[in-house]
Amino acid sequence: DIADVGHKYHLDLVLEDVLAKDTTVNCTAEVLYHLGNQNTAPDVQFTLEGELRTTAEADNLFYNQIKSLDKVLVAENIPDSQGSVSPAMEPVHLLAWVASGYVIWQNSTENTKLQLAQIRRVKQVKRSDEYLEFDYLVLLHEMVSQEIIPWQMTVLWHPQHGVQVTQHSCQPQHSLE
Amino acid sequence: QKVFRVIPQNDEQVEIINSLASNIQVDFWQPDSVTLVRPKMQVDFRVDASDAFEVEDLLKESGMEYRVLIDNLQAALDAQFDSKARGTAHSYVKYNNWETIAAWTADIAAQNPNLVSRSVIGETYEGRPIYLLKMGKRGANKKAIFMDCGFHAREWISPAFCQWFVKEAVETYGKDTVMTTLLNNLDFYVLPVVNIDGYVYTWTTNRMWRKTRSKNAGSSCIGTDPNRNFNAGWCTIGASKNPCDATYCGSAPESEKETKALADFIRQHLSTIKAYLTIHSYSQLLLFPYSYTYKLPSDYEELNAIAHEASKKLKSLYNTKYTYGPGAETIYPAAGGSDDWAYNQGIKYSFTFELRDTGRYGFALPESQIKPTCEETLLAVKYIANYVLEHLY
Repeated sequence: DIADVGHKYHLDLVLEDVLAKDTTVNCTAEVLYHLGNQNTAPDVQFTLEGELRTTAEADNLFYNQIKSLDKVLVAENIPDSQGSVSPAMEPVHLLAWVASGYVIWQNSTENTKLQLAQIRRVKQVKRSDEYLEFDYLVLLHEMVSQEIIPWQMTVLWHPQHGVQVTQHSCQPQHSLE
Repeated sequence: QKVFRVIPQNDEQVEIINSLASNIQVDFWQPDSVTLVRPKMQVDFRVDASDAFEVEDLLKESGMEYRVLIDNLQAALDAQFDSKARGTAHSYVKYNNWETIAAWTADIAAQNPNLVSRSVIGETYEGRPIYLLKMGKRGANKKAIFMDCGFHAREWISPAFCQWFVKEAVETYGKDTVMTTLLNNLDFYVLPVVNIDGYVYTWTTNRMWRKTRSKNAGSSCIGTDPNRNFNAGWCTIGASKNPCDATYCGSAPESEKETKALADFIRQHLSTIKAYLTIHSYSQLLLFPYSYTYKLPSDYEELNAIAHEASKKLKSLYNTKYTYGPGAETIYPAAGGSDDWAYNQGIKYSFTFELRDTGRYGFALPESQIKPTCEETLLAVKYIANYVLEHLY
């Protein structure tokens, strides 16, 4: 408890690679939730004790696959009702997951627990530069209120330059239908 | 063969049923035996076609309230088996829609009459029958464990687990020592889907729906959160008074037909029900009271020890990690939960399971995970059931 500033948490974490379950990395982090101002994202400082595995090969494969599509990528409901994600859509799902992580960070307080529930719609936006751009409408699940919040996010990605969320905004609930 | 439903009003009419049972062959569907018949109780029984006329005459003469539930039992059973081919077939490793689950409840009971019987404990808001399966070798004075699934519509892995449990019970009875002992000495009441209307809605319209589908007076918003609708600190914390919210507690405790039916059944069988399990998803948690307050229940030590062991058993199969503890501090404070209500009714062993996963797929858990999730959860449930059997009160 830091008077006049907020609440700081020190965390000792073990990160598990979702795609390589036996790979773990230790991590320490400090999270500062600001007092009062619910519109500022919490401050996060972290240190990874070890390295994340390289994914260059898979990244380049996905990148080239999208770049070589005749038509822009368009998809809905990932995963579908039965929890299925087609192999071709796996990277699209993972990208949404990473990007929504940013959105969640920007919108988290000590009283929220947000998770990506589903990609409602995703549409690729053609660019003249080297970046891939995707316009996502995702559903975020907030654990405490149990609400499903539709959220739009514009995501830029490049194998060497990483992920950027250039724009995001929460959508009215009825936009789901 | 005909199946009758009668409601004896007094001891005299109960006596008529008694003498009927001693004169001809009567197979009691509910209650289990003629000795359990009491006034005002709904009594269902089957008789051979050859006796049906005599029975009907007797009932008419006695003035007892009755109706013919099933006019031709064989035809009804045949129709059930036929509909399985018409619709989508039932699978224990796929998510089944309500029509398929409903048909399955009839089939599983018909195929295993010595272990499974089906009854209806009420109707949903939209008029669907709420089926309950009673599992166990027939016997007198048996204590019971009540387990329900499908409180929240979008938690599809939950009803899948109830169906898996029933399958395991009928398939391993006589083969697995633990299961056999459990079914011989205890009854299991399994409610495969509590919130049927909501479940149907997730199949037809909105996969992420949570609540019931009841209309709310003065609002265009639909539904009440059934797990905020019980009379346990009702609506004091972690629940909303706004009908548009996902955790809306309802207009009053048990305002929902589904929760009222469940609560009524438990109240009616309170002397026999010794444990209450309610299955949800997701988060991988094993919770016990209280959620409506941070105050610990008087049985905290014991419940915590059981939860610890059950989580360990669950983890032993696929290394799935569960967190356990009292609801309020382990997940979040939330009033109106069925587990807290059951505990306060005197059902000491009251647990809420939040099944896989921890958020990667969340509610849309892949079908490929149904089997492993159910297998590991079964270990925990069997552990708890066995513990209950060894600590009956």
